[in-house]
Amino acid sequence: MWEFWLGVAPVPVLLVLGYSVGSWRERRHLAQLAAREQEMAGQVACTNLRHITAPQEVRQATLVMGQAVIASDYFKTFAAHLRNIVGGEVKAFETLMERARREAILRMLEEARALGACEVWNMRLGTSSITGTQQKNPAVSVEVFAFGTAVVRG
Amino acid sequence: MIVVNTETIPGYVVRETKGLVQGNTIRAKHVGRDIAAGFKNLVGGELKGYTELLTEARRQAIERMLAQADELGANAIVNVRFSTSAVTQGAAELFAYGTAVVIEPEQR
Repeated sequence: MWEFWLGVAPVPVLLVLGYSVGSWRERRHLAQLAAREQEMAGQVACTNLRHITAPQEVRQATLVMGQAVIASDYFKTFAAHLRNIVGGEVKAFETLMERARREAILRMLEEARALGACEVWNMRLGTSSITGTQQKNPAVSVEVFAFGTAVVRG
Repeated sequence: MIVVNTETIPGYVVRETKGLVQGNTIRAKHVGRDIAAGFKNLVGGELKGYTELLTEARRQAIERMLAQADELGANAIVNVRFSTSAVTQGAAELFAYGTAVVIEPEQR
């Protein structure tokens, strides 16, 4: 009997650890993203249109990319597993996707800014997962990949 | 070599289309990164090791695509797209493809 409890005991500890540290890290990340987005807002314009017309001539066009792999925490994964039983919206993973997406786009924009670009055209997003598919190790992480054409005018 | 994901390059005209070029690479993650990822799955957050791995892999795929375009005698690749697929457990294929073209600066 005690062997069973020994096996179960770490779970609440991991849940508390996952919830406290995980949500703290998430809040910090979201705050950091908001600050970086605000800083970026006036500098590089991002669009998924093929091109933007502006009076200034285009001097250079380059491919820029950004990517981010974000892992779920123990609590989120646990909550999602529970969700899987009853079905419905998995709120816990929504913020995960949002963080990965915003991070990837920001990285792409930062690369564009480093080139001296003022716009990114034809922005596309892709996702992939290199984890979470294994039966043995059901770790959850998402990868978001953003790419576009950085345009330097002048 | 100019690489863009738009169909045209502003300031240039396409003289000749050389055809589709592609580059791919399959990368597996290693055990050290797996251990770090296992820990990160407790507390959440970015998996820097995997981000690096994928960045590196994508660069490699692009480089292979560029080499193909070079062979064809193109000087630009337009309409570049990326795709990924999971081949086996823990390995990912990264694939980049686009159209190799010969461009010339626009006459004004």
